[in-house]
Amino acid sequence: MNEFYQHLINGLVLGSIYALIALGYTMVYGIMQLINFAHGEVTMMGAMICLTVLNAMLGSSGMPHYLILLLGMGTAVIFCMALGFTIERVAYRPLRNAPRLAPLITAIGMSIVLQNIAMLMWGKRPLNFPDIIPIARFEILGAHITNVQIVIIVSAVVLMLGLWLLINRTRLGRAMRATSQSPALASLMGINPNTIISVTFMIGGGLAAVAGVMVNAYYGPAHYTMGFMLGLKAFTAAVLGGIGNVAGAMFGGILLGLIESLGAGYIHKLTFGFMGSDYQDVFAFMVLILILVFRPSGLFGERVGDRA
Amino acid sequence: MTMLHNSLLQRWPQLKQDRRAVIAAWLLIALALALLPFVTDAALGRSWVRIVDFALLYILLALGLNIVVGYAGLLDLGYIAFYGVGAYLYALLASPHFGLHLPVWAILPLGALLAAIFGMLLGAPTLKLRGDYLAIVTLGFGEIIHIFLRNLDKPVNITNGPQGVNLIDPISIAGINLHQTQQFLGITFYKDYLYYYLFLTIALLIIFICIRLQDSRIGRAWVAIREDEVAAAAMGINTRNIKLLAFGMGATFGGISGGLFAGYQGYISPESFILNESIIVVCMIVLGGMGNLFGVILGAILLTTLPEALRYLGELQQWLFGRIVLDPADYRMLLYGLALVLMMLLRPAGILPSVRRKRELQPTPVVAEHEKDTVYDSTR
Amino acid sequence: MNINKLRLVRPIAIFALFSLVFFTGCTKQPADDGVIRIGSVAPLTGSQSHYGKDNDNGARLAIEELNAKGVTIGGKPVKFELVSEDDQADPKTATIVAQKLVDKQVKGVIGHLNSGTTIPASKIYYDAGIVQISPSATAIAYTKQGFKSAFRVMTNDSQQGRVLGEFAVKKLGAKSVAIIDDRTAYGQGIADEVEKAVVASGGAVVSRQYTTDSSSDFTAILTSIKSTSPDVVFYGGMDPQGAPLVKQMRNLGLAATYLGGDGLNTLDYLRLAGKDGEGTVASMPGLPIDQMPGGKNFQEKFNARYGPIQVYAPYAYDAVMVMVDAMMRANSADPAMYLPEVAKTQYQGVTGNIAFDEKGDVKAAAITLYQAKGDKWEVLEVINE
Repeated sequence: MNEFYQHLINGLVLGSIYALIALGYTMVYGIMQLINFAHGEVTMMGAMICLTVLNAMLGSSGMPHYLILLLGMGTAVIFCMALGFTIERVAYRPLRNAPRLAPLITAIGMSIVLQNIAMLMWGKRPLNFPDIIPIARFEILGAHITNVQIVIIVSAVVLMLGLWLLINRTRLGRAMRATSQSPALASLMGINPNTIISVTFMIGGGLAAVAGVMVNAYYGPAHYTMGFMLGLKAFTAAVLGGIGNVAGAMFGGILLGLIESLGAGYIHKLTFGFMGSDYQDVFAFMVLILILVFRPSGLFGERVGDRA
Repeated sequence: MTMLHNSLLQRWPQLKQDRRAVIAAWLLIALALALLPFVTDAALGRSWVRIVDFALLYILLALGLNIVVGYAGLLDLGYIAFYGVGAYLYALLASPHFGLHLPVWAILPLGALLAAIFGMLLGAPTLKLRGDYLAIVTLGFGEIIHIFLRNLDKPVNITNGPQGVNLIDPISIAGINLHQTQQFLGITFYKDYLYYYLFLTIALLIIFICIRLQDSRIGRAWVAIREDEVAAAAMGINTRNIKLLAFGMGATFGGISGGLFAGYQGYISPESFILNESIIVVCMIVLGGMGNLFGVILGAILLTTLPEALRYLGELQQWLFGRIVLDPADYRMLLYGLALVLMMLLRPAGILPSVRRKRELQPTPVVAEHEKDTVYDSTR
Repeated sequence: MNINKLRLVRPIAIFALFSLVFFTGCTKQPADDGVIRIGSVAPLTGSQSHYGKDNDNGARLAIEELNAKGVTIGGKPVKFELVSEDDQADPKTATIVAQKLVDKQVKGVIGHLNSGTTIPASKIYYDAGIVQISPSATAIAYTKQGFKSAFRVMTNDSQQGRVLGEFAVKKLGAKSVAIIDDRTAYGQGIADEVEKAVVASGGAVVSRQYTTDSSSDFTAILTSIKSTSPDVVFYGGMDPQGAPLVKQMRNLGLAATYLGGDGLNTLDYLRLAGKDGEGTVASMPGLPIDQMPGGKNFQEKFNARYGPIQVYAPYAYDAVMVMVDAMMRANSADPAMYLPEVAKTQYQGVTGNIAFDEKGDVKAAAITLYQAKGDKWEVLEVINE
């Protein structure tokens, strides 16, 4: 049974990270009906920037470690907000009225460009997260959990709650919801849809930065290619929960994390030894295809028009 | 030379009325294509003949993807999977791996068929999705195929897993082994030449099919769907079947190209069929001009020769500075990415745009009256 | 339709004409001038360029020394020239540069670095009758093809995997071993051999798990492994995954000994794994450089000329020496003439005594096991096959 609990904990941690990234996809999609392919790369950039700050501060200043960590995280968040803003301005806004294919192709292009810029800036070798967090390991029901994992789950939940409040309880949130329903009508109500779209990209970028730092701190080295797969899986999570639906993205992320962990753990038994953990990455894609085929609106989504 | 050229240019309008001039022009093209391997070998070395051969394979790929993306407007990011399916089928049916050694004329159609089936299998459930969902599902499909190629070596060894399939039979046609130097009429044909003629023949055949398709009922139906699916359906087009056909047709060309690749290369492994390759093929058609055959061909030629050109840039640096300052291999993907973004922003229809496509990809939907005429005229 | 076609005819015809004129205007460089050219292929650009340049420099050092010493073949003093090509670690590019070397009429090739490029290129060298000696390709498939022209001076995955598997059971005393590989040709090849050797030595493989060469989350497979409580966990793969894997292993409270192949035996692994990497055991084909017969001397020469050795430079150096040695014995630089002599090689090289078996694999193969202690790898044991 310990094994099962351990898989559950692994899945929750992974799922929390997916959820944070999925929020960025789902918000952008909700407002512009656009898959922001470059979002995974924003996550990677967040990890890289935080690392750079950490390494610079650790050597020179005598600040306490948690302060440096906060500073690194803060810089990463601000940088990624700016990055999200810039991506939208450069790659998507000029194509607002172009056919759907055009922004999709620039999105892929942006993703490649960001990856390669990161490679040129930080090199091709993976970069380590410095050993500044003393790791404490706990045992619950025979399963191991570290303080880092707990922090990841808790802060993900806090951030998601905060976002939910922002969207449902504030003026800005109301403007965002209005824009997502109809940008034209929203602008008649005195809302500037361009501002709202920019704000959406910035919030998504900030959350992605946090997720990137978490991946780096918990799973290990940051690498310029780390964002793509992560982004793809997070997108799957967003679709699973119902794209455009913020609560759905949170739930979808956690669900996907659990599916992957339990799937990789038990597939061998489930397929009578035919398949092993080598098919771990298939789960996300299978979930994606199945959901899109049988319930394109996701588990919690409203029915969206599926015209091409 | 220039005078001759100028007078030719000026007289062209009359010349093209003249059947003999047209025939002469076609003959000139045919001659150039026939002599290309000899000339390339003499001028640049046989490795460049090999590069030309690979360029032809990529032209096949780009033409196939062009049907899906350029004509039908469905973005497929997992296209290389069909290439992989074709390549693996050839490798498994003509190598010591299973001890099978079927002839090429049996395998290539099978590979094309299998790829088409995969294309339809992917298309059938997903084609009702909106464009960007489709893109990401095809991407997922490409990854799934890659994962299976890599892992189907157990419990039963089908693909030989990450080790790849080795010692694949060379292509031989009518008893002529293309891997051996042949003598005809006192002229020596090296193996890269022989493959060149085979690939060229198939490429020309496929270009011909594409030209015919473009103006056929099906081709016009694809364009109609791309432009407005509801309107197309209202015109009585069975949009689902027509889209499936695009997927199947595109996959077929990918499958053929893959089979040829396996026979030519003699060794394949899953690492040749990765997402990056799919994206490079997308780059080719975006750069060259979606929907325009000659644009797509140009894109394929440009992107297969670019890495070679970049290589000389590396050698030049080595010679100038004694070391490589900017590693060209590092900048290749960056350039591709930038090309995608800049093309979409500045010249969305590509280097050689298809006239209709160009109009479509303009952000302003309004078309002036006089432009309309030319548009319709040229697509006829 | 016809009008449209005609519009295309003109530009194409002009283009064809021009390209004909252009190409016939160029001329090929002259090929023969009494210099013996030897090709060297490795990824000189891209993510593995540091290994590639290492190989290339090793070969270059050998060529320079030979030229300085003066070599006589067939009664005439000869000069050697190294022709370097960059295969970018890509199988397709590898065949193109292989053809390029054939075009340049090289008499032999040192390369390639990776197995994935060495195998497709070996067919082109074989067809052209050119001797190929790889200093670093380890896949079993390379010499299994039956190409008489293919040799390597490095132990293959099978030899290394066998040593690792036997070591786990006999020296580390493991009764149960869990094996993970990254589903690359290298990782899977070595992991399969380890599995065979563990079973053959009387150990049990209790769990076989897989990941990829781009993964970062290994918790799921490690949790499954933990439930089988193995004594040793073997990872077949490279350091970017191998290092975080050991960290996540320790976080899950899995205390088994961590064992790896030469993919983990890097300085980067120590940097990335940090404290959790302490005690990791990893192999490396060949003797440690300071135990090689000519290792000290080679290291000094190489350092003075090119800086620190990455890994395989001594092997590339020896590969050139073996090739030229065969030429001298055959009294000819013609590959058809000296190829049989390569097979009969008995050469005392920097890396040890080099002789080939009937497949072209190096016969006497030493493999060294190292253990991570602090920030360096310490020699644990040298095993002679």
